[in-house]
Amino acid sequence: MTVTHEAVPGGGPKRSVPRRRRPLTFDRVSFMVVFLGLPLAVFVIFVVSPFAQALWYSMTDWSGFSSGMNFVGFDNYVKLFHDDIFLKAVRNNVLLAIVVPIVTIVLSLTLATLVTIGGSGTGTIRGLRNAGFYRIISFFPYVIPAIVIGLIWAQVFTPSSGILDAALSKIGLEQFKDYAWLGEAKTAMPASMFVMIWGAVGFYMVLFIAAIRGIDPEVFEAARIDGAGRFRTAISLTVPLIRDNVQTAYIYLGIAALDAFVYMQALNPGGGPQNSTLVMPQQLFTTAFSKGQFGYSTAMGVVLAAVTMLFALVVFTVNALTGGRDQRKAKVGR
Amino acid sequence: MTTTTAERPGLVARVPQGAKEGRGVAATAHFALILWSLLVILPLLWTVLSSFKSTQEVLGNPLALPGKLHFENYVNAWTTAGIGRYFVNTVVVVGTALVLVMVLGAMCAYVLARFTFPGNRLIYYSMLAGLTFPVFLAIVPLFFVLKNLSLLNTLPGLIVTYVAFALPFTVFFLHSFFKQLPGEIYEAAQIDGAGEWRTFFSVMLPMARPGMASVAIFNFLGLWNQFLLPVALNTDSNNYVLSQGMASFASQAGYAVDFGALFAAVVITVAPVLVVYIIFQRQLQVSVTQGGVK
Repeated sequence: MTVTHEAVPGGGPKRSVPRRRRPLTFDRVSFMVVFLGLPLAVFVIFVVSPFAQALWYSMTDWSGFSSGMNFVGFDNYVKLFHDDIFLKAVRNNVLLAIVVPIVTIVLSLTLATLVTIGGSGTGTIRGLRNAGFYRIISFFPYVIPAIVIGLIWAQVFTPSSGILDAALSKIGLEQFKDYAWLGEAKTAMPASMFVMIWGAVGFYMVLFIAAIRGIDPEVFEAARIDGAGRFRTAISLTVPLIRDNVQTAYIYLGIAALDAFVYMQALNPGGGPQNSTLVMPQQLFTTAFSKGQFGYSTAMGVVLAAVTMLFALVVFTVNALTGGRDQRKAKVGR
Repeated sequence: MTTTTAERPGLVARVPQGAKEGRGVAATAHFALILWSLLVILPLLWTVLSSFKSTQEVLGNPLALPGKLHFENYVNAWTTAGIGRYFVNTVVVVGTALVLVMVLGAMCAYVLARFTFPGNRLIYYSMLAGLTFPVFLAIVPLFFVLKNLSLLNTLPGLIVTYVAFALPFTVFFLHSFFKQLPGEIYEAAQIDGAGEWRTFFSVMLPMARPGMASVAIFNFLGLWNQFLLPVALNTDSNNYVLSQGMASFASQAGYAVDFGALFAAVVITVAPVLVVYIIFQRQLQVSVTQGGVK
């Protein structure tokens, strides 16, 4: 148990690598070859080279197993921007990347705040009793494989035999007796979003709890003396102070939402009613491995990567423009 | 342990002021947290209950308890649905890949962190880039890389792919650990006559153990839950891993219908992780916080 405490980097002595000339012995040469060469070989063959090849494939009309492969320039990309189904998938991904992170962060930040400063002290702000219990329960979905989370919720949402419809009609909402949450275009997307949020909240809650605990207690004390209530403290003190953590969380969550492949495959493998839950990765996967249009599908991959990079860039820019780090310093300096 | 103690014991209680307000806040907080906890537990509990039901019972009243415990669901899931085979495959693939990626990752991180040579930064940053690009961009070319090496649809092929894609994270995380180790120890080992190999395995690696544990937990979860790589690169049903086996079983169950066994398969998949989670939950949450804050 104590093992992990040592893991906290305590800002120990940071020594630069000694720059003495070392003689080239067999020991040293074999060491470098194996220690650097072996991992690098694996990395280059299975990670770097596929990424590099992807750029080339995306400009060919390659349909896989036939040997013919013609360079078509940007034709695949032009075609993509007239492909209604793919554009629908892009829109769904963008929607996911906006809604899922925001809801997850608001929810997990709220729960984390309740755990850390919701306690019934006599005036002082303190943690909640039994907070460890809530944390353990909330965190559990993080360790369940995403595909299993999706399958469980697909069963929960199943009309008539799922527990959701049964529970709703039990409490008098008879109109939901046979409601197909994932089968109606209206609710398929919100229901899928809910499942992704359900799977993510606990993880970010734990992350935010740690961040809030990292804040100097004197800051809270000062706010209390200045007469700030708990709600006020949470909104105008906690959130700005852990702003960088929120930014990191937003980027992680956004990248996960731009993927969303596993959840969507579990909930609606075919893309959902009227493609309402179709995401880029699903379309890429079908185009590549069912239709064999490898050139075209790789172009989709390039678009996906571009959207992902663009997303991260937007989050960084927005955070910087709204005064990310400056505000933090000002608050701490108080 | 922590379940009974308040989470922030460090603060000293002061003059009773607004105690009533505090209690109201605490009650609301408990209410909200209990609500969320129920939302987490209930679907899982329902899954466990349903795993003991016959298919008729599953399709009947979803709120009812099972009439008698249908343990045969577990047998059916394990043998007929092949979950047992997938389980073994997953243990083999994830176990081997985990050991390999930890060894290779530690070696690479150590060299990058403690030796200066031309190209060091370039390698480090290309690892970082490998961490950020979506795997979907690489998946089609990767398919053909494996095909050309005759590794497609084989367990070794899957293992080496797992290792390659877990490597950047492992290196990135361990890099900072090796960077912090004091230089005197390295020099002392060298003066005592240990070669580079010996210094790494007997001195430096043991010192990085806490970092290794954190990364290993992350990698284990990541690889155990991996879905895209096996679905794309491992399509021989004899070689299925759990995640893809579950997905294929669920899509069949839509027609052939053995819902009891489907729920049992879910429980079989989740139960081992649940046990590991309960044992290691402290360590795990500490790791998550470290990994996330960095």
